[in-house]
Amino acid sequence: MSHLHEDKIKFLEEMANQIRQSIIEMLVAAGSGHSAGPLGMADVFTAIYFHILAHDPKNPDWEGRDRLVLSNGHICPVLYATMAHAGYFPVKELKTLRKFGTRLQGHPHRMALRGLETTSGPLGSGLSQAVGMALGLRMDKKLNWTYCLMSDGEHDAGNTWEAAMLAGKERLHNLIAIVDRNNIQIDGYTENVMPLEPLAAKYRAFNWHVIEIDGHNFEAIVNAVEEAKAIYEKPTMIVAHTIPGKGVDFMERRFEWHGVPPDAGDVSGAPPKGEQARVALEELRTLGGKIQSEHQ
Amino acid sequence: MPINLRAKLVENILDFQSIEQRPTRDGYGQGLVRAGEENPNVVALCADLTESTRTLLFQQKFPLRFLEIGVAEQNLAAVASGLAAVGKVPFISSYAMFSPGRNWEQIRTTICYNERNVKIAGAHAGVSVGPDGATHQAIEDIAITRPIANMTVLVPCDVEEARKVTVAAGKFVGPVYMRFAREKTPVFTTAETPFEIGKAYVFWAEPDGRKPDVAIVACGPLVHNAILAAAELEKEGTSVRVINNPSVKPMDEKTIIEAARDAGAMVTVEEHQVAGGMGSAVAEVLAKNYPVPMEFVGVQNRFGESGEPSELIERFGMGVKHILEAVKRVRERKRD
Repeated sequence: MSHLHEDKIKFLEEMANQIRQSIIEMLVAAGSGHSAGPLGMADVFTAIYFHILAHDPKNPDWEGRDRLVLSNGHICPVLYATMAHAGYFPVKELKTLRKFGTRLQGHPHRMALRGLETTSGPLGSGLSQAVGMALGLRMDKKLNWTYCLMSDGEHDAGNTWEAAMLAGKERLHNLIAIVDRNNIQIDGYTENVMPLEPLAAKYRAFNWHVIEIDGHNFEAIVNAVEEAKAIYEKPTMIVAHTIPGKGVDFMERRFEWHGVPPDAGDVSGAPPKGEQARVALEELRTLGGKIQSEHQ
Repeated sequence: MPINLRAKLVENILDFQSIEQRPTRDGYGQGLVRAGEENPNVVALCADLTESTRTLLFQQKFPLRFLEIGVAEQNLAAVASGLAAVGKVPFISSYAMFSPGRNWEQIRTTICYNERNVKIAGAHAGVSVGPDGATHQAIEDIAITRPIANMTVLVPCDVEEARKVTVAAGKFVGPVYMRFAREKTPVFTTAETPFEIGKAYVFWAEPDGRKPDVAIVACGPLVHNAILAAAELEKEGTSVRVINNPSVKPMDEKTIIEAARDAGAMVTVEEHQVAGGMGSAVAEVLAKNYPVPMEFVGVQNRFGESGEPSELIERFGMGVKHILEAVKRVRERKRD
């Protein structure tokens, strides 16, 4: 099925693991920020930046690049960590996250860091911006793809659906959105806070092509994007089912870790504060070893 | 007659019977077409108000550069941000009550903080929308746009200046909010009347060799009322300087401070809440540089209501009579 070579999959898995470790380290250094979402989206970000996206980290303004909008700006630790590992800026700079004078603002700011396509944080307006980019590129008959990474929680916002309607109306086939369907938001599980299901059916009704995938399976992520590119006359929504906190056992599937950094979480089942980062990093390092051995 | 000749205003400026009347939104429509002719990257977006915002003229001329967004003002602003990201110069239009009223956060974050070159046209601003009533009468739009960093705020006084404002916004790089009105109002400037972003203009000057007794700083169609008030005052022997102040941000501080220094008292006039509007911006400049007694003509902490535009201007205290009263009050407070 997939065009991905086994070696490439192995490379992507190891890279995602390194990115997860960077996320833990930068959040601990910052002392605040979001844990669950960034860890859950590490595989999708790795697939995008290390396989899917047309981009040049040494020349972020390259005209021929694809555009990537991160709509739910609060998961920016995964964006920053992935960009650093991809070569946009030194990995050691990740530890400046959220500190005064940093290029890595608490929510991403385009004017602070080259390579960011937009400023985001307030939820619900990223898809609109991606729609605008895709419309503008299409007007100029440019073939670059526009990607929009979104959260499930921001589907509570009316602005998201305004954008979904416009993309369907305009048949924006050059727009590929990926929603992080991790089922959590700050106040709890999405289906308790504000039920979103049937999410895929809603997008289909808005004239989108919809693909549902396991957001931790690199073949599935890459295949879905390939399929999206083959669909004309419709934008595509990839519903990526992910595990929030993925890779760190005591964080997985726990909404309590949505907005809390490691070592600051008072969550049942977690190691004591001060021990959390060490345990998480050790687990990730071990997991890295396991993945390697599975493919040998 | 103390009309400032350098302002190149119409000759029949004081004749309410013969002066041409047109709405400032017409100037937006004309200016937008001109901006589109000058720059192929100019695109226009509208939220289901294409005819009444006069975006229709652009749509007819450049159908492929027009986008109908529907009744979705948050999307209107954020889609424009995305278009600007790929090199377009989007002009977005709706009623001011909805844009920048409903979509303020999208304007702040995705356009201003994000430094995107988007132009926001707020139509049907002020109480002179008339019969539609308070829900559609934007009287807070200047107050909510001018504190946003990177934003420029322009309030044209008639259809001719509205056209110039729109063309200038198209050439300017950065977010601009432009305020337009629904109702026909006197056309008292001409193609030769100067307009530049960041400049205020003396439209009525005190007689030669005399200091003004009071300065009136106005923006929007009420500048005409300020001039009518000045003509009345002149008959009584009061010397007045009237300044048209379309560039609320950035403001022409030099012209405003000079007027305060020369007159020693100032009245501001705008069809907007007095809290946070153009008059407040003038007060900020004067408090810091040259404080003088001030009076603020505008809406006084209330909502509008249905009625005929001219009736509402009078009822809410923005008529010529009210400007004269404000001048009287401010002169009484003047320090000798």
